[in-house]
Formats: sequence, structure tokens, C-alpha cells
Amino acid sequence: MLKIENITKTFSPGTANEKRALKGVSLHMKPKDFVTVIGGNGAGKSTLLNAIAGIFSVDSGKIIIDGNDVTKLPEHQRAQYIGRVFQDPRMGTATDMTIEENMSMALRRGKSRTLRKGITKKEKDMFREYLHMLDLGLENRMSAKAGLLSGGQRQALTLLMATMTKPKLLLLDEHTAALDPKTAKKVLELTKKIIEEEQLTALMITHNMKDALKHGNRLMMMHEGNILIDLQEEQKANLQVTDLLKMFEKASGASATNDRMLLV
Amino acid sequence: MNIFTYIMSPSSFFGAISQGLLWSVLAMGVYITYRILDFADLTTEGSFPLGAAVAAKYILSGYNPIAATFIAMGYGLLAGLITGFLNTKLKIPGLLSGILVMTGLYSINLRIMGKANLPLLKQPTVLTFFSDMGMTNTRAAMILGIITAVVVILLLWALFSTELGFAIRATGNNPHMIRALGVNTDFMTMLGLMLSNALISLAGALIAQYNGFADVGMGTGTIVIGLASVIIGEVLFGRTTVVRSLFSVVCGSILYRLIIAAALERRGFQPTDLKLLSSIVLAVCLSLPLVKEKYNRIVNRKNKVKESSQEPSLTKDDTLLKGGNPSC
Ligand SMILES: Nc1ncnc2c1ncn2[C@@H]1O[C@H](COP(=O)(O)OP(=O)(O)OP(=O)(O)O)[C@@H](O)[C@H]1O
Ligand SMILES: [Mg+2]
Repeated sequence: MLKIENITKTFSPGTANEKRALKGVSLHMKPKDFVTVIGGNGAGKSTLLNAIAGIFSVDSGKIIIDGNDVTKLPEHQRAQYIGRVFQDPRMGTATDMTIEENMSMALRRGKSRTLRKGITKKEKDMFREYLHMLDLGLENRMSAKAGLLSGGQRQALTLLMATMTKPKLLLLDEHTAALDPKTAKKVLELTKKIIEEEQLTALMITHNMKDALKHGNRLMMMHEGNILIDLQEEQKANLQVTDLLKMFEKASGASATNDRMLLV
Repeated sequence: MNIFTYIMSPSSFFGAISQGLLWSVLAMGVYITYRILDFADLTTEGSFPLGAAVAAKYILSGYNPIAATFIAMGYGLLAGLITGFLNTKLKIPGLLSGILVMTGLYSINLRIMGKANLPLLKQPTVLTFFSDMGMTNTRAAMILGIITAVVVILLLWALFSTELGFAIRATGNNPHMIRALGVNTDFMTMLGLMLSNALISLAGALIAQYNGFADVGMGTGTIVIGLASVIIGEVLFGRTTVVRSLFSVVCGSILYRLIIAAALERRGFQPTDLKLLSSIVLAVCLSLPLVKEKYNRIVNRKNKVKESSQEPSLTKDDTLLKGGNPSC
């Protein structure tokens, strides 16, 4: 489903701030793979996801989604394949527009925008049903502005929007990090439910090692622009956080605590 | 006592309303960039006289005034396209892109007119259709203004209810989000700028025909007039939906003219003070939300003292997922 071949990315090349954020990352994901990604601050996790999403172009290497080479496509043209939820809850919705307007735009992800109606009656009924499934009471507030929602509600809505038209690939960049623990747990459960029900291929960054072990069928740890550890389902099945820390120290030769890793 | 004797004469009153209606087209253009696209577009000060110059030039060369007015809109569209190109393709900051086009347009407008002022004496204009029916210039302007404002509101309302309109609105509101949903935000920014400047040139064309001349200097201060109309309108008449905002902006434009007319006629200001007045009015309007908030806080504090036992809940974003916050 996703094939990444040896991508590299250097920010501000040739300056004092030069930063090699990705140093030749390769990754193959099968359909329905749910990969969790962990790693310390600045490891290159977000850079990897942003490279896939096309927020910037990579310096070398290839990105292929479902057989389509998207390496040279701009962000908005990759959107037809990719659903995204961001870390900042404000990023995922147009806050001055209503919930239903936001959803109607998500429904048209990857399609060209025409002079047809922005939202139809039939779509509204459909959105009401979707929102009902979220069980947050949003189905009664569909014409409220998205900016009025709480952080957790927004992330749930963004998740729904990202998956409404089934994406080839779902990218989640610490999408629960800005939420309080209880809300984060709920959003994560919802994420799992949607990924399972829709049989999505997903890549999820988290800072929570327990979550990373618990969810998904594959776990990757990034470090200094490389994928350091890549565990398949059977390998991570009975793993504890402490095992993971030991593996990291062995593979990187660094101490996990020294590496500013916010590990829980 | 007659209100007119105190504030302004009936003729100024109706004149101000007519002008406010015609200028509301400019205000709606400014609304599109300033509010919808979140883009402070100074192209306005060039595309307004551009519309005037083109309309005057074409009328003087014998074109039907309606055709001349539409051609003027086309030129405005191009001006917006250039600002959009500078901003999105050449990555020049929005404010600067507008300034560059505005400055360049000054020379272009002079080229089009051939001189600094182009009178339209005894020429047919879009207003003569009405004055031929026996209306005064003011009355004709009022009818024309109402028709134009209503048509523009309806068209914009229709446009901003389409898929494309949603995409333009989202581009101004949250470009990251709408790009992630597959929209080319550069293209939407350009569309918005073209639409806005077409309207502003239309306003220029109408005002030139109302005033009976096009002048190269008539763009100065138009951005302030546009913004003042937008902000007065939104503060007083609300901004919940696009169509509501557009209606508010038209009302704001009329109110702005009334304020200026009253100041000029009964408060001893001179026509040359107009620009200063515009700026003061806008500065006051811009500070209104802050003043309103301060006022509310003082009122709330007083109420709190009265019923200090009831602590109002300040939680807005930290309500739990399920609970939600009461709709504001
Ligand atoms: N747009 C950018 N310009 C310059 N440097 C950048 C940019 N984006 C990321 N970097 C740098 O690249 C490195 C990797 O950053 P990245 O955001 O991918 O880390 P991360 O693994 O997501 O970390 P975190 O867990 O803190 O989110 C960091 O050193 C960062 O400073
Ligand atoms: Mg990150």
C-alpha cells in the first residue's frame, strides 16, 4: 500500500542550521497494516509523515502509494490517497465554518471543486448518521461552527472527516497529544475502532510507548532520521516498555533518558 | 424638532444613502479579501481608480455604459490575478503584493486616461437610463445602488454556497486543513483576489459615472473606507453567516457615509478633512470590539459583586469529550 524507498530530507542545507532530518528511510506497508511510530523529540517522525503527505518535497528517494508514484506530486494532489489528523486540534477543521460544512469538504477530498452545491440535503442526513456513531451529541449541533468544539470533539470530528471517504493511507501525528488523558484515551479507542472497521492502512505517531505497544500490528522506533527498530506483530506481542527501552539502548548506543525521550 | 435640521439636510441624507449603496460594492470586495481570504489586499487602491478609468475611457470612446462597466470589471479581475500571482507563485507577502500592484496601477491608470482627470460631461452613463425616466441623480444612484447591491449579494451568496465557495472560505480560514482535503489553496487565493478586485473595479466604474469623472487620485483611502464599512457593519449587524455578513457590510457602508455626511455638514469639517475623518472612523471601529469587551468585563464584575456566590464557568476548551460546551 505504501512503499517508501530511501528518502532523505535535509532542512536549511548549507547553512549553520543544516538539519538532516531523514537519512535514507525505507518502509513498506502492506494493506491493513497499522504501524505505530515512536522516537524521541527531533527523531524525524513528523518529518517522515509530512514527507509522505507532501508538505515538502524530499531530496531523494521515492514515495509510492498503492502503486502510484507521488514523490513529485504537490500536497493537494496527494490528498486523494491520504487522510490526516494533526497534533493541534485547531489544524484539522475550518473553525469559522460549520460542522456540516467541514464534513462536506472532507467528503470531497481529492475531488475537484465545482459550482455544484457545497452541501446537499442527502449529505446532511448522512453526516447526521456518522456523527451519531461518534456518540458525542454532535449530530444535534451540525450547523454550529467547528471552532466552538472542545479539543477532543474536534479530534474526533477530524478523524471522522479523514476517514469518511476511505483513504489509502491514514496519517496520525500525535493526534491525542494535546488532549487530557481521559479524552486522549477515548479518541484513541475511536481511532482503533475506525481503523479496524474500515480496514484502513494507518501510520500513527505517539509519544506513549504503552499505546504504541498496545495498538497496531507493527511498531517502529525512529532515531536521528533513521528507523532504528521495526517490530512485527509477533515480535511486539508480549513486549513491555522496559524491553523496548533496552532494545533502544542496544540499537542506538545511547541512553534512552539522555536522549530526551519522553517515554511513559 | 426635525432630525434633519440637527444632523443633516434631507438632500445630504439621501445622497449619503445613495453613495453608501454604490460604495457597498467596494466594501463587499474588501470583505472577500479581508474576511474570507484573511488577506489585507491593498490592490484596492489601484483597482478602484482602474475601474473608473476604464469605464470612463470606454464610455468616451462610444461604448455602451453597461458594456464599459463590465469591461472595467474585467480589468479589475486581471489586477487581482496579478496580485495573486505575486503572492502565491512568487511568494511575495500579501501586503507587499498588493502595494506593488497598487503602485504599478497608478501609472497604468494614467496611461488609460491619458491625463489625471477624465470628465464624463454630457456622456451617457448607467445612471442616465434612470434619469431619462425623470429621476434626479441621487434617486437614480439609489435605485442603481440597490439593484447592484442586491444582485452582488445574491451572486456571492450563491457562489459561497458551492463546493468552490466552500474551498475559498476554507482557504482563508485554515489552508492546512483544506490542502489536506485536496484543494489547491494558491488557486483559491487567486480566485478570491480576482473576484474581490472585479467588484472593486465595478465600484470604481459606478462611482465615476455617479460623480461624472474619473480621477487618478480617487483610489487613495479606499481601503480604509472599505474596511470601515466591513467592521461597522459586522459589529452592529452581525456576521454569523456569509450572507448575513454581506448584508451587514452593505449597511455598514451606508452608515459610514451617513457618519461622514453628518460630520461634514453639521460639525464644521471641510471636504479636505475627509480622509482624516475616514481614518478616525476606522480607528474607532477597530477598537470597538476591545471597548465592548472591557465594558462587558466591568459590567460582569459589578454583577459578580452582587451575586458573588455564583462563579461563572470559564472552561471552554477543556470540557470533556462527551460533555461539550454550551453553544455560544
Ligand atoms: N520545517 C523545518 N525546518 C527546519 N528544521 C526542521 C523543520 N521540520 C523539522 N525540522 C527539524 O528536523 C528534525 C526532525 O523533526 P521532526 O519534527 O520530524 O521530529 P519528531 O520526531 O516529530 O519530534 P517530536 O516528537 O518532537 O514531534 C528536528 O531537528 C527539527 O528541528
Ligand atoms: Mg513531531
